[in-house]
Amino acid sequence: MNEIVASWAERIRAAAADGRALNLQGGGSKDFHGRRAVGEDFALAEHAGVVDYEPTELVVTVRGGTPLAELEALLAAQGQFLAFEPPHFGAGATVAGCVAAGLSGPRRASVGAVRDFVLGVKLLDGRGEVLSFGGQVMKNVAGYDVSRLVAGSLGTLGVILELSLKVLPRPPREATLRFELAEGEAIDRLNDWGGQPLPISASAWSAGVLTLRLSGAEAAVAAAITRLGGEQLADDQASAFWDDVKEQRSPLYTLAGHEQLWRLSLPSSAAPLRLSGRQVIEWGGAQRWLAGDLPAAQVRGRAAELGGHATLFRGGDRASEVFSPLPAPLFALHRRLKATFDPAGIFNPGRLYQGL
Amino acid sequence: MMETTEDLPAFALTEVDYSGLDRARVVQALAKVLPVGALLFDSEDVRPYECDGLASYRAVPLAVALPSTEEEVVAILRTCSELGVPVVARGAGTGLSGGAQPHPHGLLLSMARFNRILHLDAHARTAVVQPGVRNLSISEAAAPHNLYYAPDPSSQLACTIGGNVAENAGGVHCLKYGLTVHNLLRVRAVTMEGEIIELGGHALDAPGYDLLALFTGSEGMLGVVTEVTVKLTPKPQIARCVLATFDDVTKAGEAVAAVIAAGIIPAGLEMMDQPATAAVEEFVRAGYPLDAKAILLSEADGTPEEVAEEIARVSEVLQASGAGEIRVSRDEAERLRFWAGRKAAFPAAGRISPDYYCMDGTIPRKRLGEMLEAIQGMEGRYGLRCLNVFHAGDGNLHPLILFDANQPGELERAEAFGTEILELSVAFGGTITGEHGVGIEKVGQMCVQFGERERKQFFRVKSAFDPDGLLNPGKAIPTLNRCAEYGRMHVQGGALPHPELPRF
Repeated sequence: MNEIVASWAERIRAAAADGRALNLQGGGSKDFHGRRAVGEDFALAEHAGVVDYEPTELVVTVRGGTPLAELEALLAAQGQFLAFEPPHFGAGATVAGCVAAGLSGPRRASVGAVRDFVLGVKLLDGRGEVLSFGGQVMKNVAGYDVSRLVAGSLGTLGVILELSLKVLPRPPREATLRFELAEGEAIDRLNDWGGQPLPISASAWSAGVLTLRLSGAEAAVAAAITRLGGEQLADDQASAFWDDVKEQRSPLYTLAGHEQLWRLSLPSSAAPLRLSGRQVIEWGGAQRWLAGDLPAAQVRGRAAELGGHATLFRGGDRASEVFSPLPAPLFALHRRLKATFDPAGIFNPGRLYQGL
Repeated sequence: MMETTEDLPAFALTEVDYSGLDRARVVQALAKVLPVGALLFDSEDVRPYECDGLASYRAVPLAVALPSTEEEVVAILRTCSELGVPVVARGAGTGLSGGAQPHPHGLLLSMARFNRILHLDAHARTAVVQPGVRNLSISEAAAPHNLYYAPDPSSQLACTIGGNVAENAGGVHCLKYGLTVHNLLRVRAVTMEGEIIELGGHALDAPGYDLLALFTGSEGMLGVVTEVTVKLTPKPQIARCVLATFDDVTKAGEAVAAVIAAGIIPAGLEMMDQPATAAVEEFVRAGYPLDAKAILLSEADGTPEEVAEEIARVSEVLQASGAGEIRVSRDEAERLRFWAGRKAAFPAAGRISPDYYCMDGTIPRKRLGEMLEAIQGMEGRYGLRCLNVFHAGDGNLHPLILFDANQPGELERAEAFGTEILELSVAFGGTITGEHGVGIEKVGQMCVQFGERERKQFFRVKSAFDPDGLLNPGKAIPTLNRCAEYGRMHVQGGALPHPELPRF
């Protein structure tokens, strides 16, 4: 155990003994995410650095505090990338924070989410012990898949010391097309296309315009452009556009004081929301952002009606529930599971749910 | 909950003795909650369930339940929970690690009657199916929409989706299309205490912890699956395969790395060494060159344009990596012929040897050459031959150790040989099982794969779902006291159960 980890383990044991809550902090770029943080700040960014990167293995192992931007630059130099295109939401974003937040970017519907790329994790649990799960290989079914469980757990299970992530080669060619389509038509069209062997890697609809990204072999992208039509964006314009989608830089996301940004995660073919507010539809229809000022019950009710769930992503009351409440047996299971990693309940208590 | 001072459930320390269970009382209680014909307890009726695909490990269960509704599953699990009866869930029984081997004092819960595809939504590309539905029949049902279910374990003709969820089944195409865990949206399950839980959902994510990921591959230890929603994938228009020969196995291993380094993710990337090639050639006449030390198969799929592009790029890389001959399949018949040999490796081994023992380690691709050399050395030391077939793209090895159980000492030597391969896989930074699961077979090697802290945590995770440890006891995670034992799969008399199925 290195010095940093040893001192953290000691701090965790002391906090557990006193029942003191710890607020795990990476780069602080996603402080807005989840319920209101409580407890003393526990800064984790200093445990940084690449442990192992072998491009031909398609795997990189890094310490949790490694800046996400640094990792992405390292991969880019080898023509590779994190295919789930994680949003940074700030300059300080760390790799552990990215995995703990569990947020995936525009490519999610076509390649998978953060958790799909987590191969291994080293955790410091609530007993102050280092636990290693998974590994550095693609196929591994030994033991329960704790590595993927950590993705999206918002720091409630332990301190992420190290991560092994699957990486992929950048597609040789990308192109972005634009279509004028009403909301319902765009959703239909995206689902039709999703059922065909087309190299679609991202989609974003708002205000009557659907933007579609194609990624893949030269020939496949060229054939799809011919087939789909639409207006093609220049490459630099396209890459700026997708970066803005990923980082939510469009003015649609700028909230007035009383407004909230909701994230609705729905079956891709779900009907239009018919809720008032500004909307961006991503992930082939499966992720819908809604900025406005609506009662939580109305947004959650509509999401449930459409077969999905809604998260209060920015703004609003972070002392109340931010994520859709779970059925009682499932919530009880969450509590028992959390207690197995963090018996004293010191890691980010209440960040995910009240009482967890 | 049973607990020790170390906040560990008692079943983490040593295996629980269930021999004191009152069999008549259990049967009577279950008969009350099940219709006639859904409970078997006569020895001739329960014997067919004594093993799964790992036939060398057998146990006759106390009784077999064949529920057809979720209410019945709930009632069965509540009853067994109250009476403290172990329960082992079973799909088609094709698993290769003994995960569905019955408990001698427990109930075998067959999900075979849950065999309906409940709903297929071609527009949203999802299918809601019962756990006893066969893997291949999902793809067959989706075929009219030009969709399919991507994970294709080679037993897909018989294996069920419930078993696939339990094992996180792979296949030859998982480098590009992912494992079972990447192709599931939702699992509905019943816990040992009889609670119904839904993990995941019909959106791409669900609130709370990613229990769907945790549950997938948990080997029937956390709950019994009653319904599954899978993602369907558009069928690629065409597929073509490149066959390349190498005069050196290390060169072939390096060629695999070179393909990946060139930014290519083939739909399948497989490797066989010379003894494996010779064995299958004699069996299926796939037309494999017999003078090569290793052959590689690389498959491209997609639109005709992208397949042509990838085949050209792969061929170039393989040439530059020192390939001898390079053949590209000219039509579907030839592509299938290329694969026929690879898929026949298991039965081919059975033809040339009375018994064989299949390993399932995964290692970083860069260690392939080293591993092959090490295996060659072991062949000399143990005095046994080994055929090597690999899912080279993801480093998943399937060495087939040939032996004759009728020769004194050969079985022990084969087991020691296998143990050394798995331990070397771990030492190389890999794992003891890439896709077959731990089950009962590799529960011993889990002691090598994981330290005591991790194994303890696994038991705590298990107890969060199943506080009394009644689901599939003795599998997947070794008790602290057990960590010296090693189990092994070997094939007796050259015969596997379901010999008609292609393997891995």
